[in-house]
Amino acid sequence: MSPDLVRFAYLVAASLFVFGLKGLSHPRTAVRGNRLSALGMFIAIVVTLIDQQIVRFEFIVAGIVLGGAIGAIWALKVPMTAMPQFVGLCNGFGGGASVLVAGAAYVEAALRSADTISMQFGIATMASGLIGGVTFWGSLIAFGKLQGIVSEKAVRFTGDHVLKGLFLLAALAAGVLVILQPENTLYFWIMVAIASVLGILLVVPIGGADMPVVIALLNSYSGMAAAATGFVLSNNVLIISGSLVGASGFILTSIMCKAMNRSLANVMFAGVGGDSGGDDAGPADDLYEGKVKSTTAEEVAMVLDSARRVVFVPGYGMAVAQAQHAVRDLANKLEADGIEVEFAIHPVAGRMPGHMNVLLAEADVPYDRLKEMDEANTGFEQTDVTIVIGANDVVNPLARDAADTPLTGMPILNVDKSRTVVVIKRSLSPGFAGIPNPLFAADNCLMLFADGKDAVQELTAAVNEI
Amino acid sequence: MGETIAILTIFVLAVFVGFEVITKVPPILHTPLMSGSNAISGITIIGAILSAGTQYSTLTTVLGTAAVVFATINVVGGYLVTNRMLDMFKRKE
Repeated sequence: MSPDLVRFAYLVAASLFVFGLKGLSHPRTAVRGNRLSALGMFIAIVVTLIDQQIVRFEFIVAGIVLGGAIGAIWALKVPMTAMPQFVGLCNGFGGGASVLVAGAAYVEAALRSADTISMQFGIATMASGLIGGVTFWGSLIAFGKLQGIVSEKAVRFTGDHVLKGLFLLAALAAGVLVILQPENTLYFWIMVAIASVLGILLVVPIGGADMPVVIALLNSYSGMAAAATGFVLSNNVLIISGSLVGASGFILTSIMCKAMNRSLANVMFAGVGGDSGGDDAGPADDLYEGKVKSTTAEEVAMVLDSARRVVFVPGYGMAVAQAQHAVRDLANKLEADGIEVEFAIHPVAGRMPGHMNVLLAEADVPYDRLKEMDEANTGFEQTDVTIVIGANDVVNPLARDAADTPLTGMPILNVDKSRTVVVIKRSLSPGFAGIPNPLFAADNCLMLFADGKDAVQELTAAVNEI
Repeated sequence: MGETIAILTIFVLAVFVGFEVITKVPPILHTPLMSGSNAISGITIIGAILSAGTQYSTLTTVLGTAAVVFATINVVGGYLVTNRMLDMFKRKE
């Protein structure tokens, strides 16, 4: 196949990726979009395999068989609740693959004739190695945090920002040496090693509830690393695909930051969710003293019996309790009784963008019942009962009403505007932001202290008995 | 230099296309968007295949083969998991 034909096939593949992403603009067209995208990938791989430069296929086939088997088994077995970890690790593999490809191309060029290595090649190799190294190790730490292997807390120590700065400077210095002395490949690996440590240092101080931002940012990095590798190889399809992914991750990152009213720098460096907050219940006692009303499933069932409109507000707690199917059963029962049911989803509920939507979709909740924050907020005043399950900070009125709290300014779901709010929660412990929630002490709020799944199942049983 | 400008042009235009297309993705599909775009970033597999197959040196072959494994996990895992998720959204029309 002539090089022009190969390039044309790559163009077709890149176009299919764009069509594929365009399909994601609606759930109806999304499956088709994903298949078009996969077809593009298939075409790109096939034309590459018939490239004349390839002299032996054993290693390629072995790599594809091994990677394909791991990817397929993993993708088919992974539970939907573990999707944040899955995506996190995939980001890392993307970054890792970019470093390895750029490294191989660079080593080959340096061995062939280091004198002819161009500026573009050098800079791109440096970018790919740096971003890819940070992405790979940063993603492994993010995976570890989501999987519970690494502490979910924001781990800080004195001088950590200075240390990160030093590592960044060292990585950049090594990168400059890669450009200036391309014949010495050792500098490249030193740079990758420093970038790897930097990736770890960057993610360790970020707390669990900020993971949606981190995952989105690492997604963007993995795209940028692929684009940089495209510049190394002067390959358009890598550049286009990498840019698409980089843009996608960037947009998600900024949506997540906006949904928390925090800057990216604050999420990355402020270490929110460390040991300082949390168990300090001093002011909380005053707030809650004598005002918190504990309720039972039977009592809530009575309230629901007279309701015409019910809204569910899920949070990470629903994912932890694996309560999405139980919630679906309750929602179905209420709908069967003629009650209007909706789900209000905060953008940063859960551990990754869209986390709650996927869990509810898994439980067969129709997507037109899932309402985004702005739309949901128009409906709370007409809502008889709002059931908050496993969410805390995203419904904390302090974010709206108080100055100088860690949450101030963050857009929230105004559940306190509905007639009755039922909060299903194990205890009065604060959310990730470490501050008490006056919602729990509000006149129209009932606390149902229990495990999320058990509580919802009891509630469904109680509603059935009425 | 001419070639650098040419691919830089493609890069910048692709970023614009990316922003244009992705801003239209609704929040309910943000997780499939991430896994789907992960699969797309597995396109580095084509660079990996060339490194693993050209046998320039032992080191490049090892690096290339490792990259093939990583990228294939991304491609296969990414597309399959995205398909699985999107099927769940589609089921109840």
